Amino acid sequence: MPLYHTEDQAMLAESVTGFMADEGGIKKQLRHWRDTNCKDGFGHALWKQFAEMGLTGMLAAEADGGLSMGHVEAGIVLAEIGRNLTPSPFLTTSVMGVTALNEASDDLRGRWLPGIIAGETVLAMAIDEGAKHKPEKIACRAEKAGNGFRLTGAKDFVIHGTSADAIIVAARTSGSDSDADGVTLFAVPKDAAGIGHNAVRLVDSSIASHVRFDGVELDGSSVIGEVDGGRAVLSKVLSAGRIGAAAEQTGVAGGAFAMTTGYLKTRKQFGKLIGEFQALQHRAAHLYSELEIAEAVVIKAQQLLDGGSERAELMVSVAKAKAARACNLAVREGVQMHGGVGMTDEYDIGLYMKRERALTEFMGDANYHAERVAQLSGY
Amino acid sequence: MSELETFRAEIRAWIEANCPEEMRRPVQGEDDICWGGRNFVFKSAAQKQWMEVCAAKGYTVPDWPKPYGGAGMSPQEAKVWREELARAGARPPLSSFGIWMLGPALLKFGTEEQKVLYLNQIARGEIRWCQGYSEPGSGSDLVSLQTYGEDKGDHWVVNGQKIWTSYADKADWIFCLVRTDKTNVYQGISFLLFDMTTPGVTTKPIKLISGNSPFCETFFDNVVVPKHQIVGQLNRGWDVAKYLLGHEREMISGAGGGEQTSTIGKVLTRNGLDDPMLRAELAQFDIDALAFAACGEKFLDEIKVGKAHPAKPNMMKYAGTELNKRRHELLMAAGGSTALEWESEETRGGAPARSWLRTKANSIEGGTSEVMLNVVAKRILELPGA
Repeated sequence: MPLYHTEDQAMLAESVTGFMADEGGIKKQLRHWRDTNCKDGFGHALWKQFAEMGLTGMLAAEADGGLSMGHVEAGIVLAEIGRNLTPSPFLTTSVMGVTALNEASDDLRGRWLPGIIAGETVLAMAIDEGAKHKPEKIACRAEKAGNGFRLTGAKDFVIHGTSADAIIVAARTSGSDSDADGVTLFAVPKDAAGIGHNAVRLVDSSIASHVRFDGVELDGSSVIGEVDGGRAVLSKVLSAGRIGAAAEQTGVAGGAFAMTTGYLKTRKQFGKLIGEFQALQHRAAHLYSELEIAEAVVIKAQQLLDGGSERAELMVSVAKAKAARACNLAVREGVQMHGGVGMTDEYDIGLYMKRERALTEFMGDANYHAERVAQLSGY
Repeated sequence: MSELETFRAEIRAWIEANCPEEMRRPVQGEDDICWGGRNFVFKSAAQKQWMEVCAAKGYTVPDWPKPYGGAGMSPQEAKVWREELARAGARPPLSSFGIWMLGPALLKFGTEEQKVLYLNQIARGEIRWCQGYSEPGSGSDLVSLQTYGEDKGDHWVVNGQKIWTSYADKADWIFCLVRTDKTNVYQGISFLLFDMTTPGVTTKPIKLISGNSPFCETFFDNVVVPKHQIVGQLNRGWDVAKYLLGHEREMISGAGGGEQTSTIGKVLTRNGLDDPMLRAELAQFDIDALAFAACGEKFLDEIKVGKAHPAKPNMMKYAGTELNKRRHELLMAAGGSTALEWESEETRGGAPARSWLRTKANSIEGGTSEVMLNVVAKRILELPGA
């Protein structure tokens, strides 16, 4: 399959680009919700508009009312979300959440998918325990209790945790913390007794929650996939989240880069446009090269994931690491080349730097994925 | 099965039936490469046989039209051919500057007679070409070149000197940039072809830091070149040269190999090293290498449908050569003092060190990294005054 968008994908990209620039722009969304100290950090009206555009259920099966699309299509949306720094629950709900639900029972899909597709339901993913992504170790436990389970433990940095109608939790149902087996995924409704939140605002103005589960009673129907065999589903959810975050980062990088080259073409010092200085030209050209490479490996990994390739996992980690490094370079160079105004809240370039930092931590930073690349390559 | 899949099955079967076992082993060094040409000494019967069976089918230049020695494959079919070669571990049947550089330029700018004659010779591996571009005073600033062709009616008389002429001492013919109008810098250069055995042509190998001599100085002393041996229009050779440089940059960037999956991190376990810092560096490198391979694949896909920016080869050349230099720095580090051995049997005559040194030229030849960045800044980013 060629590494560029098909005609259908290009059409999707065109409509999403216009939609996100018009409705999801920085002033209208990110700054608005930040400056009004919104408890969710995103707008529910925009989430409804996502649904009207047909975006919320793009990864759900047609039989479930979705569009049966893949990660290339989801990536198109995420790149535009990144370019406009649009706050939305798309990645946790429509990408990771739906990927999990696609492996769930008819009951669970029937319970959650219609609301998601309608833009009324939000999901959050409770995977991380601690400040660094390390899903190989899961200590949060769900003990068997009667016909169901009793969930006890803590999850950290659950993005949209307090806004979510359901939290998908990766919990240990048997074995010790670092065992591969013995993990089970649960869809936990927000009103279940025993859930406690400590919500925190992050540097990019998104809201995350430190969630405590204090003997939360769950019945067997809330299990996604197999009891004790949740790693298979979790692995799909992680890949979806990682390639999704990587796609969003290419958008963040692209937005920051466009803003920066635009500035190089208008700002004058020493009687010249600063873009005339070769010191800046070479750095901008190098950055362009890194961004092109990152975009290429992201679409490659998306296609491999959609095609069920055995190389998908490796290439998803390559893409997440490469996108993170390239995006990081883009925002650092962006702020530096903007000079003093790059440090002001008035200019948007700093917002890109903040978002890059949050996306890099999400589902594993570049070092985490470099370690994975080494392991998957056998060294 | 789709047409392309049927085609793939046919190609796979053909390679299986026709590629000699010896030609499915990895290329170890320069002397394993089949360059062809009047004076080429084949390393083995298998090397000759592989080139000839491929040439007979047009597979040495699969995407060239059949009348010019190719197989007339579509871009998608040519990609399948490369993928199947890689899958079988088969070596390229023939490598040459004729295939990579002159051929594409002739296809675009050559007359019908030139195409029929020269392209068929290239496809069959009969003529080995070299490139006469750089001069002692004209490196990055190539357009300032001074080698002059004086108009003598039905021929030119060429005088001057070229440098960094790859394999000039082994080549049969040269494609050469010659000034034919001293009053016009850009529109005063012509693109000429001539036989290296023409009286007045002499070559002198240049010994490099690697100890090898892949490049020569080439001298022209009253060399007679008939007028029909010009490619493109008189004084418009710079257009041909620029087009050809695009192909050269693509080639040096290593973008031509299709889907690449090779990583170098395993050298760590192969060499029995327990070095966490080096391991981390290797993993970072492998990420960049796999990502760049995807970029190369995307670039080729985009070229085929005209989606690639015309200046993109400059970016690919920059990124690919810088990456290759890093690859060899890491391989030297992983090899330790063994990799320093210059003549030993264990290192196949100092291959690691010589390759490492050779790669330093990658970001100089065919346009330096700095020139590539200049071109990207100007033509792609459209930065002011660049």
